[in-house]
Amino acid sequence: MRIFDPHIHMTSRTTDDYEAMHAAGVRAVVEPAFWLGQPRTGVDSFIDYFDALLGWERFRAAQFGIAHHCTIALNPKEANDPRCTPVLDLLPRYLAKDGVVAVGEVGFDSMTEAEETAFTRQLELAGEHGLPAMVHTPHRDKLAGTHRTLELVAAVGLPAGHVLVDHLNEVTVDVVDDAGAWMGFSIYPDTKMDPHRMVAILERRGLDRVLVNSAADWGRSDPLTTRQTGDAMLAAGFSDDDVDRVLWRNPVEFYGQSGRLLLETPQVKATDTFEGSSVLRGERAS
Amino acid sequence: MTTLDEQTEQRLVAAETAVRSDPTRVRSLFPAAGRDIGRTRTAPGAAPGEVRLEDVVRVRLLATLGEALAEDPDTLAREVADLYRFGDAAERRAVLLGLATLVDAGRGERAALLVHDALRTNDVRLVAAALGPAGAALLDADAFRQAVLKCLFVGVPLDLVAGLDQRADAPLRTMVASYADERRAAGRAVPDDALTLLDPAGPDAPTQES
Ligand SMILES: [Zn+2]
Repeated sequence: MRIFDPHIHMTSRTTDDYEAMHAAGVRAVVEPAFWLGQPRTGVDSFIDYFDALLGWERFRAAQFGIAHHCTIALNPKEANDPRCTPVLDLLPRYLAKDGVVAVGEVGFDSMTEAEETAFTRQLELAGEHGLPAMVHTPHRDKLAGTHRTLELVAAVGLPAGHVLVDHLNEVTVDVVDDAGAWMGFSIYPDTKMDPHRMVAILERRGLDRVLVNSAADWGRSDPLTTRQTGDAMLAAGFSDDDVDRVLWRNPVEFYGQSGRLLLETPQVKATDTFEGSSVLRGERAS
Repeated sequence: MTTLDEQTEQRLVAAETAVRSDPTRVRSLFPAAGRDIGRTRTAPGAAPGEVRLEDVVRVRLLATLGEALAEDPDTLAREVADLYRFGDAAERRAVLLGLATLVDAGRGERAALLVHDALRTNDVRLVAAALGPAGAALLDADAFRQAVLKCLFVGVPLDLVAGLDQRADAPLRTMVASYADERRAAGRAVPDDALTLLDPAGPDAPTQES
């Protein structure tokens, strides 16, 4: 079983997690920029965080044979702090990086005006940079937040197929489905969505435009719930190809819209030197 | 230097022309070089000496920037420092690899800051790039010895360290010997690179008996 976790915060995870993920079949991840639990108080904290997502974390993942990409954004919670919002002006520099495959996590936390302003601006940035957008839906008042999200997407004019609306459940899935956007489900050990409820949703509405993620972070979460969902799908009678579609080909299709995914793990000798190499190939990327 | 295929070469030449006529264009061309000019199509690996097409492309752009700003070393040094500061790990690696070719910017204090920054990371790809010709040119004896020791710790092969043969001295060998003692005391293997540095003839060198 090959697994692409389309939403996981590896910055908060250990090398044991990387090992267990690789053993479970995880070969690619997308790490969305988000809140760190402790509120940031200035733009420089974002810069160091973005640099880490594009540098150190990518390197850590590579050591375990996992391809790492990220999404970059000002998250909804910190969009409410005027000390943090100037980071919006620096986002274009980061959205130009090879390792960035979407704008995100954007969206709503408490449905404030400041959140809506930052959300709208970042949906525009996604359009300007030819990137998909990855949207967090709020824990509280989720259905209203989901409706408002889809209204903003339509108002900005981003194609629904370039938008992933995440942390969905039985109540919010249909409105996103009807809008034609991608549907993300975060599978947690004991809250939100679990593998069996996920399987029931797949049985009801099929595999199109569905992404399953662990959303594992610094809170109570489990980086292997993607694998558990794949196992639950097989137990429920889905085929290996169905599992591959949900856990690999769907995320590749969604984030592949960035034109930036590199998924094949390299095979190199540690002693390759910079000059005079024979392993270089001159293809233009996607 | 590696030769690129024809289409990559054409795209690179166009980018170089743009940088020559307006050096500030490097600010957008350098970050986008992987996608817009050419890159290795596997995910970046963790091997310190992994050679990637985008490294070669970016080093060429950097050399072009150096030519374009040859008369203005101050601006050149600032542009190069900004490419590093605002770069992702791949861009930073390319700046480090190309640093030594930038005669004025590459030998200044500001260039040394970039090499030191990279050596503070634990990303072996940056450490290795910093210890190419740029490190050999810019690090003083103390910093160079610490860098070599760091390579042994983090697993950067010493054949990636430029100038090691000339700069390996008695104080470095003392440091490496004590590192080797620590490893043996802990019952752990001593890396081959450390043994070679301590005894260039090597354990396999012919002895009197054999
Ligand atoms: Zn998240």
